[in-house]
Amino acid sequence: MADNNGNQKDGLPRIGFYICHCGTNIAGVIDVAAVAKYVAGLPGVVVSRDYKYMCSDPGQEMIAADIREHKLERLVVAACSPNLHEETFRKAAAKGGLNSFYFQMVNIREHASWVHEDKAAATQKAKDLARAAVYRVRFHQSLEKKQVPVDPNVLVVGGGIAGIHAALTLANAGKKVTLVERESTIGGHMAAFDKTFPTLDCAACILTPKMSAVKSHPNITLWTYSEVEKVEGYVGNYKVTVRRKPRYVKEDLCVGCMECIDACVFKEPKFPAKFDQGLGKRKPVYIDFPQATPKVVMIDPETCIQFKTGKCKKSCAAACDRDAIDFAQKPEIKELQVGAIVLATGFQTFDSKKAPQYGYGKYPGVYTALEIERLVNASGPTSGEVTLRDGRHPKSVGIIHCVGSRDEKTNKWCSRVCCMYSLKLAHLIKEHSGAEVYNFYIDMRAPGKAYEEFYDKLLSEGVHFIRGRVAEVTDWAMTPEEEGKLVLRVEDTLAGFVRRVPVDMVVLSTGLEPKADAQEVRRRFNIGCGNEGFFQERHPKLAPVNTFTDGVFIAGACQAPKDIPDTVAQAGAAAAEALALIDAGHVELEPNTSHVVEEECSGCKSCVALCPYTAITFNESKKKAEINEVLCKGCGVCAAACPSGSIKQNLFEDDEIFSEIEGVLGK
Amino acid sequence: MTKHPAQPPAAPGQFEPRIVAFFCNWCTYTAADLAGVSRLKYAPNVRVIRVMCSGRVDPQFVLEAFAKGADGVLLGGCHPGDCHYAEGNYKTLRRMRMLERMLKAMGVEDGRFRLEWISGAEGDKVRAVVNEMTARVRALGPLDLPGRFQEWDKEMEELEKRVGTADAPEVAHAR
Amino acid sequence: MPDKPKVAFYWCASCGGCEEAVVDLAEDILKVVEAVDIVLWPVAMDFKKADVEARPDKSIAVAFINGAIRTSEQEEWVRMLRRKAGLVVSFGACANSGGIPALANQFKKEQILKYVYEDCPGVDNPAKTRPQTETTDEGRTVTLPEFRSMVRSLDEVIEVDYYLPGCPPTPKLIMAAVGAILAGKLPPQGTVLSPDNALCEECKRKDSKPADLALTEFKRPHQIQIDPEKCMLAQGLVCMGPATRSGCEARCVEGNMPCTGCFGPSSRVKDQGAKFVSSVFSNIAPKEAPEIDKVLDGIPDPIGTFYRYGLSKCILRRKLN
Repeated sequence: MADNNGNQKDGLPRIGFYICHCGTNIAGVIDVAAVAKYVAGLPGVVVSRDYKYMCSDPGQEMIAADIREHKLERLVVAACSPNLHEETFRKAAAKGGLNSFYFQMVNIREHASWVHEDKAAATQKAKDLARAAVYRVRFHQSLEKKQVPVDPNVLVVGGGIAGIHAALTLANAGKKVTLVERESTIGGHMAAFDKTFPTLDCAACILTPKMSAVKSHPNITLWTYSEVEKVEGYVGNYKVTVRRKPRYVKEDLCVGCMECIDACVFKEPKFPAKFDQGLGKRKPVYIDFPQATPKVVMIDPETCIQFKTGKCKKSCAAACDRDAIDFAQKPEIKELQVGAIVLATGFQTFDSKKAPQYGYGKYPGVYTALEIERLVNASGPTSGEVTLRDGRHPKSVGIIHCVGSRDEKTNKWCSRVCCMYSLKLAHLIKEHSGAEVYNFYIDMRAPGKAYEEFYDKLLSEGVHFIRGRVAEVTDWAMTPEEEGKLVLRVEDTLAGFVRRVPVDMVVLSTGLEPKADAQEVRRRFNIGCGNEGFFQERHPKLAPVNTFTDGVFIAGACQAPKDIPDTVAQAGAAAAEALALIDAGHVELEPNTSHVVEEECSGCKSCVALCPYTAITFNESKKKAEINEVLCKGCGVCAAACPSGSIKQNLFEDDEIFSEIEGVLGK
Repeated sequence: MTKHPAQPPAAPGQFEPRIVAFFCNWCTYTAADLAGVSRLKYAPNVRVIRVMCSGRVDPQFVLEAFAKGADGVLLGGCHPGDCHYAEGNYKTLRRMRMLERMLKAMGVEDGRFRLEWISGAEGDKVRAVVNEMTARVRALGPLDLPGRFQEWDKEMEELEKRVGTADAPEVAHAR
Repeated sequence: MPDKPKVAFYWCASCGGCEEAVVDLAEDILKVVEAVDIVLWPVAMDFKKADVEARPDKSIAVAFINGAIRTSEQEEWVRMLRRKAGLVVSFGACANSGGIPALANQFKKEQILKYVYEDCPGVDNPAKTRPQTETTDEGRTVTLPEFRSMVRSLDEVIEVDYYLPGCPPTPKLIMAAVGAILAGKLPPQGTVLSPDNALCEECKRKDSKPADLALTEFKRPHQIQIDPEKCMLAQGLVCMGPATRSGCEARCVEGNMPCTGCFGPSSRVKDQGAKFVSSVFSNIAPKEAPEIDKVLDGIPDPIGTFYRYGLSKCILRRKLN
C-alpha cells in the first residue's frame, strides 16, 4: 500500500482506493496487488490497498478507519457490481464521516474477472476501470438522499392463489389492499382443479375459504372483471388507473341467487363455458362456478339476445327482485394511490395446437390436462365422470408429458408442475374410470416435499410408466386391436425399442407459459421480462420477488412456472417485502436527479418535452426551465439534450463522465 | 451455459482495440452483470461506463472517447418500448442516427460506433456483441486519434522552435 | 505624457469582415484611437513585419488576431505576436474555431490543391504546376508560405487570453472588450467575451417556441416563406440558436434568417455541433429508424450545418480518412 500522509495530494482531493479479492473470484484472475500498486501512483491517491473481502465487516471498518486516519476525501472501491454492493460501501464511507456520494465503485468481477480468461488483459482492464473511477471521483459532489413518504395502500394484480395469498397477508397486517382481477371471479387456475398433488386434498376445499376471506375482509377491496390500464409515479407513490369492465349486473345489488339464470329465455345452456374449458355449457347470463367470488352473475353481450337484437323480453331482469340487471352499464375508470404493487398475473398453458403431432383438435380423444382437470372434477361438466366427447368411457388413457416444455421447437424450459400433475391426473383417472393409464415421460421430476413418495404411490397403484418422448398420436391402425384407437408411437428408451400403444384417450400435459400479454403488462408496470417472457426478478437468488422497479413485486407463475406451495410461499414473500417498504414509512430516493442552473438557462425549452414524467416545466415569469426533483427519476436525458449545457445530473455530470472517458483510456 | 466458444485467444502482437462502452443501468449494464454471473467469456477489450439511461449519452461523449484514444464506441440501451424511463432510448436512437451520419462524413469507418439494444436478460448478447465488435474493430485497425493529433501538429514544430513564443505554447486540444 | 497602450490588429485566413467590424465602430473608433497607439493593422496602416519584430517582447498591450490559421506565414506571425503582446484576443469565429475556412478540414490538402490548380473550371495549367515553398529562377530564390495540412483555430497554435465571438464580432462586444482591457477589468483567462447563455435568451421569438417541437421535417430557408414572428425551429428550419452563445442580439433572426451558430457554444459545451444534435434530434417526432432517417434527410450537409463556423473545434478536429 501507499501512504502519503499529509494534506491534499497533487492539489487534488485525497483519494482512498480499495480492491477486493472476493476470495478467488477476483484475485484468481486479476493481479489485485498489481492494480493496488498501480493506482497508488495515480494523482490524488493517498491510500491504496487490496483485501480479501472488502464487503466484510473488517473490510468496511478498514475503509472507515482510513477515512479518519488519512483524511480521505474520496473513496473508490473495485469489487463486484454496484448493483450488489454500492450501498454497502456508501455506508462504509458514511461510517468514516465521508459523504456517501464521494464514492465510486468499480465493477471488476462481473465485468472482468468472471468474463475474461486472459489474466494480463483482465488485470489491465481492472487498472483502466480503476483509473477512470479515480479520475471521476474528484468531481463528485456531496449529496443527500431525499426521503419521500410511502403510501400505505397496496395494489395486488391477479386473483389466483398467489394474489389471494398476498392480499390476505397484507390485509391481515392491517394494510388496505385493492385486488384487481381480470376475470369475473378470483381463484385463478387453482379454482378449476379437482385435487392437488401430492396430498390429493380437494382444491376447492382449501381455496374457497381463502376466496371468501378476500371477499369479506374489511381491508380488501375486490375488483374483478377489471384491468390495470396505467401506472404512474414511483416507489411509495404510485397512481394506478383501473378499468372496471361492465358485467351488466350491478355488483352491489346482486346476491348471487341465480334466479336470473333460470329465467333466461334460453331454456338450456347453449354456449361453451370458458371455465369448463368449453366442455360444459352456459347461458348468456351465467356465473363461472358455484363458489365464484364475488358471487355475482354476469351477462355476455356476445350471446345475449337483448344485446344482439334489442328485442329480448328480458325475463332475467324481470326475475331479479333487486333490479340488479343493468343492460346500459358502462366501463368505469377508477384511480388508486398505492405505495406498493404485487403482480401475481399467473400463466397460461401451452397451446396444444402448436404440437400438431399429438393431434389435438384433430382427434376428439385428445385432451389437454386442464380439460381433464374439469372432467375429473365433481363440480365439472360431467360431475367427475371421465367420459370421452362421444360419451364412451375410456378403457385406456395415455398421458404425454412435456408438451410444450423441454422442447427446442417450442419452450425450452421445464414447467416444473407437469410431472406431478400428470401423476395426480393418472391417479384420478384410474380412480374415476378404472382405465389403464400410461405415462409417457422424458424424466420424472419429483423434487418436493412428499413428491417422490407420491410417485412411488402411483407406481404401486399399477399406473404404467414408459420413458420416452412420444413421436406422434395417430388413428392409423396397424393391427386389429389398434382399430378405433389412438395409437401413441414412442421410443421406449429404457427397453430400447419403438412401441405403439393404443389408447382411447390421450392427455397432453401442457407446459406453463408467460401470459400472452405479459410483455404489455410488464411495460405498464415498468418491469422486465427474461428471455422466456416471464417477469424478471431483481436477483435470481437474493431478490426473487423484487423487480428492477422499486415498489413493484412479483409472485407466482408470472415469474416462472411453479407449484402451489412455492407460489404461496412466494406470495407471502412478496407481501412481506411490500410490508417492509410500507412500514418503513418513507423511501430514500437516489439523488441522481437533474437540475437546471437557472442563470445559465436560456429558456429554449428543448428539455421540457423530453421528460416522460413531466418533471420539467417552463416558468413563464422567469422564462427558464425548472425541474421538480420529486418527479425526476434521474434518467439524464435532459442533461444530454440541454444545448447550452445548463442542466446537470447529479452523479452523472458532464465533468464526471468526461473524466471517466479520459481515465478509462489513459495510460 | 453457452454453446459458443470463448473469444479465441488473440495472436501475439496483434492489434488489440480499445472500446469504450456506455451501458444503461437497467438493461445493458444488468445484462453485462448477468454475463458475469453466468461466467460467459468474452473479449477483454471493452471498458464499460455506466449511465442510468442510454438517453444520458451525449454525442459529445462518443466523440470525446474517440479523441481520447478509443478505437470503437459501443452504446447499449434497453430495447425499444422497454426503456426503464419510458422513452429515453428513442431519444438515443434519434440522436445517434444523426451522429452516425456525422461520423461517416468525418471519415470514421462504419463499425467503430455501434448502438445495440440489449435487455437485462440478454447476457449472451453482451458476449456476442462485444466479441463481434472487437473482431470488427480489430480488422479496421487502430483509430489512434491522440496519435494522429500529434502527427498532424508535427508540421508546426519547426516554426515553433524557430519563432518561439514568450509563453510556453499551449495547444487547446492538448488541454 | 505616459505612453498610450500599444495595440496590434492582425488577420490570418479571413474574409476581412472582422476588419469591417472594427471600422463599424464608427465614431467609437476615434475613442479607441485616442486611447491607444496602433502599432500594426495591415488592412489600414503600413507597418512592416520588421517593425513589429523590432519591438521588445510584451511591449504590445494587446493583439487582436482574426482569421483561421492555414499557412506557415500565419503561424509565424501569430507566434511572433504572441511573444510581443501581453494579451492576445482571438477575434471572431475563424480565429476562435476555424470559421468558414475550417470547412476545408473535410478535405485533404491534396484534394484541395488538385481542385484549385487542376480540376476547377477555368483553370489553365497544362503543366499542373503547384505552388512551391521555394523556387529558384535566374539565380534568385523566391519563397512562398507552406499551405498546411489543415485549418487550425488560433488557440491550436498559440495561447489565447480572450475570445471575441462572432462572424464578425459586433461593435458593441468589441467596444465592451476594449473598454474592459483598457480599464484592466478582466475576467479569468480563456473567457469568451460575450454572455454565457444560449441565443434564445435574447431572441425576440423565444415565446413562440413550443415546448414540444416534435419535428417531422426539416426545411431550408429558401424552401419556405419564413414567418417573421415565429421561432425558426418551430418552422422546421435548423436554427443553431439554442446551442449558440448569445451576445449578437439575435441579428440574423431579426433579419428573418435562422442562426447559423457563429458565436460558438457556451462555456459548458465542448462541441457545438454534437451538442446541437443531441438536443434537436431528441425532439423530432418519429421513433423508428426509417422514419427518423427521412427527417434527417432534410439536412443534406450535417457537417456544414452544425459546424459551419467551428469544424476546427469539433472534437475530431477534421475529417479523418
